[in-house]
Amino acid sequence: MNKIVEKENFSEKVVKLVVEAPLIAKARKPGNFVIVRVGEKGERIPLTIAGADIKKGTITMIVQKMGVSSKKLCALEVGDCVTDLVGPLGKPTEIHNVGTVLCCGGGVGVAPLLPIVEGYKKAGNKVITVLAARNKDLLILEDEMRKHSDEVIIMTDDGSYGNKGLITEGMEEVIQREKINECITIGPAIMMKFCSLLTKKYEIPTMASLNSIMVDGTGMCGACRVTVDGKTKFTCVDGPEFDAHKIDFDEMMSRLGGYKSEEQDKMDHFQE
Amino acid sequence: MERSEEYIKNERKKEWRVELQKKTKAKDRMAIERVEMSEQDPNERIKSQRIEVNNGLTKEQAVKEAMRCMDCVNPTCMEGCPVSINIPKFIKNIERGEFGKAASVLKETSALPAVCGRVCPQEVQCEQKCFYVEKLNQPSVAIGHLERFAADWERESGEIAVPDCAESNGVKVAVIGSGPSGLSFAGDMAKLGYDVTVFEALHEIGGVLKYGIPEFRLPNAVVDVEIDNLRNMGVKFITNFIVGQTASLEDLKEDGYKAFYVGSGAGLPRFMNIPGENANGILSSNEYLTRVNLMGADAEDSDTPVLRGKNVVVVGGGNTAMDSVRTAKRLGAENAMIVYRRSEEEMPARVEEVHHAKQEGVEFLTLTNPIEYIADENGRVKQVKVQKMELGEPDASGRRRPIPMEGSEYTIDATVVVVAVGVSPNPLIPNSVDGLEVSKWGTIEVVKDKMQSSIPEVFAGGDIVRGGATVILAMGDGRKAAANMDVYLKEKYLSQKVEQ
Repeated sequence: MNKIVEKENFSEKVVKLVVEAPLIAKARKPGNFVIVRVGEKGERIPLTIAGADIKKGTITMIVQKMGVSSKKLCALEVGDCVTDLVGPLGKPTEIHNVGTVLCCGGGVGVAPLLPIVEGYKKAGNKVITVLAARNKDLLILEDEMRKHSDEVIIMTDDGSYGNKGLITEGMEEVIQREKINECITIGPAIMMKFCSLLTKKYEIPTMASLNSIMVDGTGMCGACRVTVDGKTKFTCVDGPEFDAHKIDFDEMMSRLGGYKSEEQDKMDHFQE
Repeated sequence: MERSEEYIKNERKKEWRVELQKKTKAKDRMAIERVEMSEQDPNERIKSQRIEVNNGLTKEQAVKEAMRCMDCVNPTCMEGCPVSINIPKFIKNIERGEFGKAASVLKETSALPAVCGRVCPQEVQCEQKCFYVEKLNQPSVAIGHLERFAADWERESGEIAVPDCAESNGVKVAVIGSGPSGLSFAGDMAKLGYDVTVFEALHEIGGVLKYGIPEFRLPNAVVDVEIDNLRNMGVKFITNFIVGQTASLEDLKEDGYKAFYVGSGAGLPRFMNIPGENANGILSSNEYLTRVNLMGADAEDSDTPVLRGKNVVVVGGGNTAMDSVRTAKRLGAENAMIVYRRSEEEMPARVEEVHHAKQEGVEFLTLTNPIEYIADENGRVKQVKVQKMELGEPDASGRRRPIPMEGSEYTIDATVVVVAVGVSPNPLIPNSVDGLEVSKWGTIEVVKDKMQSSIPEVFAGGDIVRGGATVILAMGDGRKAAANMDVYLKEKYLSQKVEQ
């Protein structure tokens, strides 16, 4: 169960894992995520599905080493098993033929964006993808994105690859150049917030896929709650995608730090 | 499995029962005082989440308590038990020292006796219907304590009898959710010869028994033994499988499942929707208890973090609120406090739990309701603004309605707030099954007493039908559903076989 069949280190911090999960591979849709647990003392953490192969019965996850759990997961090798893997979870992305779609991904947020880009392209849209990373080494899935996009724009903070600048600069250039019917953004909360502010200015409908803290991932606990349009929603069952212009990003970012000191304690303990 | 009045009466006339009846006069039985179960010292037990509060009865205590039972001709206690345990029969087996047999009697009708003996509110069920209470106005026979004794004795003896199961009939049935309702259903269906598979969304079997009820009331190891017992009866368990997401009901039908029992519970936490409720440090009782009970966050070697703090405020007055506030004490809170909008009299929590919480130093702020949370500059809760309440006329629930007192607002310091104001039915299954009739509260509609939904092959029970209720009522539903699904399946799939 849940055997790792392929592993690739994208960078020192980012690892690609292909895991046997035939039922999830078959049932998953773009936008879905899974919950994984590593070891009997392990924590349940949410991870998005970057791709799936129904024939091989595998799903692909792209993991960034952040805390104890992601480090434990990235330390697994081909042949090892992930203790628990459950999904697909969350509502899938609503993909229609709308015209021209701007897909914006930053950091490891590029991974969950891939199936969505694929989906939009398959649905007949013109897909323009903007990818952002701090530097060239942290950029992932460029080739795969090119395969499914009409155009790919790359932005790096330090200009080590593509254009130098923030993701919003790349987006604005496109927005001023042509009519964009829909936008989707996945990445760090702060990035999604600024993407959202930009598209709001141009009145482009925008979805953001949120990466809240989760425990069960099935609507049982409310750890992942977020305010959308003034109402409390659970990211795991009502999302993870919401109308970006209605999300309270400041509250969401504050909630991501809700266990910061406890997580730090666990990290200190882990490294001892 | 038979439970007719005649059967119960004939059992009572068995030689060994008659002998016991004759051996001790009713007057002498009545002269025995109800046994007190010993408890861990409150100051000691709050040092760990994993010290069980109640110690259980000794053999001597159990036999003596069993003697109090009059072995009534008409055992009204059984009417108070949602799964109709043959109460006098198991108690009389304890009286004659046949503890293993007593345990077997429990398992005739209950899949989880060690659990029920610990968490059932016996005072409003079997024990309320006891002859001592009904006719003598005296403390009832300690049925719950005795149930726990027999189940614990069997488990500790290491010789656990597997209940008799009918020969396999090859008909596959699926159970959705492995909480008390699903487990009870699975046990009964296995006994009837069905091929039972239980699908569970979490990584552990047991539902609320594992993620909700704390170790100090119900050790997970006790639950696991009862689950192993079901495995020995042939029940299969699949974890990390969310019916409706991992695969649909239709997919399972294609895999050959002929009928389904939905026991997916009421796992959706309610919040109060008051200002500041999404500040950090404010969480649902489900999140708090899941982190500690299921994920073991109280232990240092667990990867799951939990919020600790000096002042923990728990909002609500049910068993979940008591479990949360007592957990907070065990996680080192200096001040752990219940904030409840009605008075103590209206609290839905068991009297025993309220008593235990008080022994452990929990403060009770009744007739008080939170109206706003105040956060610090980092977005972390620091105070709760509350309002005093007074009781007005009774409302639909029969309890007096709390009315806010104008101008009575004040603030309480809080480092962590746990919201335990109830749960709603989990919508995952109702949303994923076409044609399933659901009430406006999100509960699955079933034909009363049959537990059959608007889709003939789908039965349901427990909290997904009732909203938030008790473990034993959920188990009772599982039993009813099993009996009725058996009738349905026999008619549909097994009758022709018999004729051939």
